[in-house]
Amino acid sequence: MAVKVSLKVNGKSVSAEVEERTLLVTLIREQLRLTGTHVGCDTAQCGACTVSMNGMAVKSCSMLAMQAEGADVMTIEGVAKPDGTLHPMQAAFKEHHGLQCGFCTPGMVMNAIDFAKHHPNPSEQEIREALEGNLCRCTGYHNIVKAIGAGARAMAASK
Amino acid sequence: MGAPLIGARVERKEDYRFLTGAGQYTDDLELPRQSYAAFVRSPHAHAVIKKINSSKAKNSPGVLAIFTGEDFATAKLGGLPCGWLITDVNGQPMKEPPHPCLAQGKVRYVGDQVVIVVAESIDEARDAAELVKVDYEVLPAVVDGSKATAKGAPQLHEAAPGNTCYVWSIGDKAATDAAFAKAAHVTKLDLVNNRLIPNAIEPRVANGSYSRADDSYTLYVASQNPHVERLLMTAFVMGLPEHKVRVVAGDVGGGFGSKIYLYAEDVAVTWAAKQVNRPVKWTSDRSEAFLTDAHGRDHHTVAELALDKDGKFLGMRVKTTANVGAYLSTFASCVPTILYATLLAGQYKTPVIHCEVTAVFTNTTPVDAYRGAGRPEATYVVERLVETAAREMKIDPAEIRRRNFITAFPYQTPVALMYDIGDYNATMNAAQKLADVSGFSKRKDQSIKNGKLRGLGYAAYIEACGIAPSAVAGALGARAGLFEAGEVRVHPTGSVTVFTGSHSHGQGHETTFAQVVADRLGMPIENVDIVHGDTSKVLFGMGTYGSRSIAVGGTAIVKALDKVIAKGRKIAAHLMEAAESDVVFENGAYKVAGTDKKKTFGEVAFAAYVPHNYPHDKLEPGLNENAFYDPANFTFPAGTYVCEVEVDPETGVVKIEKFTAVDDFGKIINPMIVEGQVHGGLTQGIGQALTEGCQYDASGQLLTGSFMDYCIPRASDVPFYQVDTRETPCTHNPLGVKGCGEAGAIGAPAALMNAITDALGVKDMPMPATPQTVWRTLKNKKAA
Repeated sequence: MAVKVSLKVNGKSVSAEVEERTLLVTLIREQLRLTGTHVGCDTAQCGACTVSMNGMAVKSCSMLAMQAEGADVMTIEGVAKPDGTLHPMQAAFKEHHGLQCGFCTPGMVMNAIDFAKHHPNPSEQEIREALEGNLCRCTGYHNIVKAIGAGARAMAASK
Repeated sequence: MGAPLIGARVERKEDYRFLTGAGQYTDDLELPRQSYAAFVRSPHAHAVIKKINSSKAKNSPGVLAIFTGEDFATAKLGGLPCGWLITDVNGQPMKEPPHPCLAQGKVRYVGDQVVIVVAESIDEARDAAELVKVDYEVLPAVVDGSKATAKGAPQLHEAAPGNTCYVWSIGDKAATDAAFAKAAHVTKLDLVNNRLIPNAIEPRVANGSYSRADDSYTLYVASQNPHVERLLMTAFVMGLPEHKVRVVAGDVGGGFGSKIYLYAEDVAVTWAAKQVNRPVKWTSDRSEAFLTDAHGRDHHTVAELALDKDGKFLGMRVKTTANVGAYLSTFASCVPTILYATLLAGQYKTPVIHCEVTAVFTNTTPVDAYRGAGRPEATYVVERLVETAAREMKIDPAEIRRRNFITAFPYQTPVALMYDIGDYNATMNAAQKLADVSGFSKRKDQSIKNGKLRGLGYAAYIEACGIAPSAVAGALGARAGLFEAGEVRVHPTGSVTVFTGSHSHGQGHETTFAQVVADRLGMPIENVDIVHGDTSKVLFGMGTYGSRSIAVGGTAIVKALDKVIAKGRKIAAHLMEAAESDVVFENGAYKVAGTDKKKTFGEVAFAAYVPHNYPHDKLEPGLNENAFYDPANFTFPAGTYVCEVEVDPETGVVKIEKFTAVDDFGKIINPMIVEGQVHGGLTQGIGQALTEGCQYDASGQLLTGSFMDYCIPRASDVPFYQVDTRETPCTHNPLGVKGCGEAGAIGAPAALMNAITDALGVKDMPMPATPQTVWRTLKNKKAA
């Protein structure tokens, strides 16, 4: 049976008809056509589907679309400034070569932004632990860890 | 001109789209009138299909069509081909049992495709797939490669008695046996190279469509080599002319080998698209990826090294059983032979080597090239043997390597390859320094004081990349050429679009190749775009694998650039009324030597497309050149890795304290990208040694079928790496490049296991060295 959900996505109000079983990531990718949010697994391990919901990083493969009723969701498409200027965390990933194939990248960035809000000057250890739920097969994490440290400090400095 | 582009850490051109969610991966594409496919797969490792009942499924909401292996047979669709013919020890061709796209009568591994269901939505396709009833008669299964040839073992294929695909050998057996007879010391190891599951984070996707308007097909697919995919699919499976099939591989989220191959699903959706006259998309979920993406490694090897009393290598004897899984995947046959045994000389002057390989079929997922492909297995054999021999003979492990390093080039190994250049002492010395090997004993003392164990291990690896000279590959059984193609299209205003047959799925070709082009043409990198991954745009291509892109693909572009520059010189000579021989091209302009006459590249390009003043009697208008480049030899990246670990004997947890990699990749175009490739390769190699191990139960059920059971390294499993390079430029390509994509995965497992066995004081232990395995190894050692 179809149900209607209404929420905010990247600052815009949207409504959609979904099935009860529809996942939030399916709503985002297939109905709203915001394909920057990716699906890399089916066990909530890889984190490629991470989005921000009400300011918190969540795995959009692990919740139903209906659970986002009334929520304020931000996807990777909503992170850069409207004129296209990269967010400091995105810029740090570029500068530190924190991405290769780019598939895990949106989830990494969404998680990193949430993490950096609470860790303005994180240690290597803190960053590595915060990446427990985000898998990357290309970079060996080396440059992702560097990028998140630099991005967090840049975010803190720009406050 | 600004700073030189070759050797510069240029930030990547592709990053903006990936960082903003604007990448276009195959699953992101939704075609008009899109339909969706789900596959019914075998739940058994080995079974006869008695009956398929689809009647309930056909009436399920949204279902458009259901096809079985019988439908594919009626349509005369061929099986999936193997691209490399191995000739066995008796001069007979390897056994190539049929590999049907949908099972015909029998299933041979869990995940084998049985039925394709096409529906209006993915949920409807999956719902209907659950309603398909397949009656199986379950047969006994064999999963362990070392048991596959045993008497009474379940037989997979009529065409392959004893489950044997081939027994193949290389090297002089009599001379090797003679070397062992006079050895002062022999080191012997029984090694398992654990089966791995590649797990690119983007699962495979295939979206096939068909146009009645011109009887043509388009397949959008997550592939590392779209032209090869097209060639295999048209010529060998579907019997279609190539000009009627377009294959597009846009942004691809990692490959590591697993996206080289032509898979059953790719054929099935392409064929089904014509039957339902709608585009058909299949997106693998992670569970399917674990079951059906070609796996890697899975060797069981007995290896021996013969040494004289001074630790000089006299000979090496290797016997390997390679598990190729249930069917031969696209390049499965060459991985444990051509890409493995030819590397057993390593960096050493071992005068005689003999290797025999038995490839066997088992009721497991097909095994094929995974990052490194054969070379990690060879490095593991050589470097575990060398380190063990050093310990047994009480020679410093670095010293024993130095005594045996090849130092004069070119060097003909006893296993077919001819190394063109290298400096193994240079990488060894640099690695020892960077790793502070001299301070190790102090650090070890400290660890012991803290109740911990500490070990240090080396791996001095070599790899053969830049595959391959087509004539050599052909003589060894390749059924394809291994050249690369490139095209440089200069636009009238002087900017450039370059088309390459290489494919980037994380490697950053759009940046590295643009650096090469901009450097040669003396223009800003912003004026160069690289196009790849579409058979309708790129003239031809063999794709990206085996660290071949810059060495082969990059060289093809350089050859095309040479033609562009040469034609431009003719045009410039005409424009400046000078003799062609007096015109030089430098910093983006043609100049008449000894004068101030000058025409910029842009002016020449403009003249080529607006040819009002043009040498029409000698030249065609336009400035667009292509080149095919077939390499003269393989390239031979090499290096030394040093790993230092601390082990907690109470818990068995291994902590990597330091990992140092010094590589010789020849000339480096973009060090930032190269370092990233090394970091990633190292992590996959560390994964093999520390956390990853594919496990089946005795009935052939995959026990490690999700990220919860199969542990690819997390960020907290690995350290910051110390990486550096030394440079001996490749002698036979114009860029002097060798390739860097696989090195880390090749060298890391041996370095890590050498370090762990050093810490534990044991001769060997199996990979992955999980806490439980380490703890048990220590417990067994104490008991002994």
